[in-house]
Amino acid sequence: MRLTRRDALLATSASLVGSLLPRMALAQDTPKQGGILSAHLGSEQRILNPALRASTGVYLITSKIMEALVDLDANGNPAPVLATEWEATPDGKTVTFKLRQGVTWHDGKPFTAADVQYTALEMWKKHLNYGTQLQQYLEAVDTPDSHTAIFRYSRPMPLNLLLRALCDLGYIAPRHVFEGTNILENPANTAPIGTGPFKFVQYERGQFIVAERNPNYWRKEFPYLDRIVWRVITDKSAVAAALETGQIQVSSYNGLSLSDLDRLKEDERFEVSTRGIEANAFNNTLEFNTRRKELSDIRVRRAIAHAIDVEFFIENFLYGQGKPATGPIPSSSPAFYPGGEPPYPFDPKKAAALLDEAGYKPGSDGTRFTLKLVPIMNGEDVPLLATFIQQSLAEVGIKVEIVQLDIAGALTTVYRDWNFDLATGWHQYRGDPAVSTTVWYRSGSPKGAPWTNQWGWQSDRIDQLIDQAATEIDPAKRKALYAEWVKSVNEEIPVWMITERQFFAATSKQVRNHHNTPRWDSSDWHDTWIASS
Amino acid sequence: MHVLLLALRRLAASLPTLLVLLVGLFLLLQLAPGDTVDALVAQIGGGDPTMIDELRRHYGLDASVAVQLGRYIWRLLQLDLGFSAIYGKPVSEVILERLPATLLLMGSALSFAFAAGMALGVLSARRVNKWPDTVISTLGLIFYATPSFWFGLMGIVIFAVKLGWLPAGGMEEIGAGYTGLRRITDIAWHLLLPTVTLALIFLATYLRIMRASMLEVMNLDFVRTARAKGLSPRKVITAHVLRNALLPMVTLVGLQAGTMLGGSVVVESVFALPGLGRLAYESVVQRDLNTLLGIVFVSALLVIVINFIVDLLYARLDPRIVT
Repeated sequence: MRLTRRDALLATSASLVGSLLPRMALAQDTPKQGGILSAHLGSEQRILNPALRASTGVYLITSKIMEALVDLDANGNPAPVLATEWEATPDGKTVTFKLRQGVTWHDGKPFTAADVQYTALEMWKKHLNYGTQLQQYLEAVDTPDSHTAIFRYSRPMPLNLLLRALCDLGYIAPRHVFEGTNILENPANTAPIGTGPFKFVQYERGQFIVAERNPNYWRKEFPYLDRIVWRVITDKSAVAAALETGQIQVSSYNGLSLSDLDRLKEDERFEVSTRGIEANAFNNTLEFNTRRKELSDIRVRRAIAHAIDVEFFIENFLYGQGKPATGPIPSSSPAFYPGGEPPYPFDPKKAAALLDEAGYKPGSDGTRFTLKLVPIMNGEDVPLLATFIQQSLAEVGIKVEIVQLDIAGALTTVYRDWNFDLATGWHQYRGDPAVSTTVWYRSGSPKGAPWTNQWGWQSDRIDQLIDQAATEIDPAKRKALYAEWVKSVNEEIPVWMITERQFFAATSKQVRNHHNTPRWDSSDWHDTWIASS
Repeated sequence: MHVLLLALRRLAASLPTLLVLLVGLFLLLQLAPGDTVDALVAQIGGGDPTMIDELRRHYGLDASVAVQLGRYIWRLLQLDLGFSAIYGKPVSEVILERLPATLLLMGSALSFAFAAGMALGVLSARRVNKWPDTVISTLGLIFYATPSFWFGLMGIVIFAVKLGWLPAGGMEEIGAGYTGLRRITDIAWHLLLPTVTLALIFLATYLRIMRASMLEVMNLDFVRTARAKGLSPRKVITAHVLRNALLPMVTLVGLQAGTMLGGSVVVESVFALPGLGRLAYESVVQRDLNTLLGIVFVSALLVIVINFIVDLLYARLDPRIVT
């Protein structure tokens, strides 16, 4: 190989840059006080109270203003926030939290155990989605002194489940603001008062939300940032433009289109990654209405799964952002993930054989039967997958008609009217299978409850496994029970978990200490700072 | 006094239409599957039946459709637009917040489209079938055929992302705390791209209409007379042709003022502007009936007002027309 002058020049300049870079990075590594962080908000929020509404949109904002009892640390273990210590009795029915002392609300009043008692009983147990389920056996919260809260349950509550769930479902609201008012109409629902590192300033509907530094925050010297501004941008292409022009510095939970995420991966100004969002995994799903004769046959459900080339879909439609799922518990949840292979590899021949065996021979036009597919528009990939399913199933002689509805319409059609044969959307895994995953399989869910078992399908064995695991206190035994459960539901497939995916965030490299915990976008950002450009 | 009476009479005549419109829309929306609680549950990623029932009661959705409609009309008669489910405050307040942005965007886009369309139309009519006419007509066709979101996005890519001359979106610099003239220029700066985007399509229509109308009027007898008595070509155009050629343009402005409110959904979304179009879109997606009906009510009023002004303008332009 001949070394040209140009190559030599390039090499020296590269090494120069290389030797300069670490020093520059080093100089920037001391956290800097001040600065405004602008973040993307994809949809308008009705209320800003995480003790009443569990949703990522609400957490994105309020987690900086209000605080939960615990949050996840960098390794994904529950870490103290407003609770400093916790302990469960051996029977699992009593959990004692020691609370942090010297914490004040943004309006100056002290934070005490009475706030925890009130929030748990009046908000989590009565109004908070998923909280009402989690706390259904919560009987009382005792407050022997101002910094101790004792949760009493009528059934054993696994401590790990409770702690993991409380990161999302454990935000504390100020009792003195809500008590004696109509909780749902309290003005503090849209102008939140919390104990967090930032104080709420303004919510300009359709435009932005602003929060500013709380000088009396209990973590002394924190936070670093002066202000956080959330900009409401609903158009995904406009989000990419706002990032590129510096109007926003971070957009998470797939706020950008799949193609823009793929493009910005190559852009050195940004980090595009799933780091710091691991706690929120999701699956593309295919729900079967087993009231339909054909779909009540397990062979037909398996044939449909075998007929779809999941890897092709991920590679060509999702820009490779995902992998085939091995069951309803994602691999990013090591405490419960049982391992294994995708249960139904792509095999159209086997699919056809299974359909023949079930007695559905192709008619003169090659069609065996026709199904109605309702896409539930959780994301831009859902209609793509619906079309892909339609085309894949046509190959094995099943004709699919797609019914296009917006999300409210699709939810009603599928979950309340049961007016579907197939449905496809997302299943979101929230850290523990008992939070929002097993309800997809447990029978007895009242008609109309979305994202629960409305498939007309029931199995005593699986119901039993779910109930047993939900109250099992020993973590190892719980994991084993869930492994058995995954195996059984994979065999039965009342719902097929097609892909396993994680959300992506695009963050400007100016932002430091970002995505350093597994639910960073929903965390308090007290140690986040901005390097000067 | 005469004008005021006329305005009142117009309003009274429009009231039945307005009522039919609102009731029709109310019933139409009942056909859409799902209500505002379903939309909320979709947004927050799930909820259990007790919470859902509780919320339905909270929003008054547990009553029958007839009762809900009755309640709505009764409130409307008291000039109460109701409570917005997504925003948690009175609909009138929500709409009032959004109205300035919409009117500003709509007003400037309409004025720009009208002025530029008129100028270009006159230009191409005077050079009919020569190269300026061909260039202008082709441009008009391109503007007309291109979807506005594409124009908007390309504008952002070129002027905001690549060149960095203009902001990528938003109404004004957040937290800059500008006041007075500085704030006005800041808002104008932010509205430049959205205004041009919104105006381009309308401009195309206006210039076609203006050109055709000019050509027609230029062949009329009184224009020939004007020329014959020795007026300069410029004088003929400005004093005689233009005024008569403007009539169809004014009609069109009146008609389009209404559609422009709806047409701005796309532009508002692309540029993240807090306008009525986006509000209406969100209300549909979130099944916020009260807000949506409120917007229809306000838009209908706006169309009535604009058409009234158009009628007055007719009389000014052509004294033969009596209002």
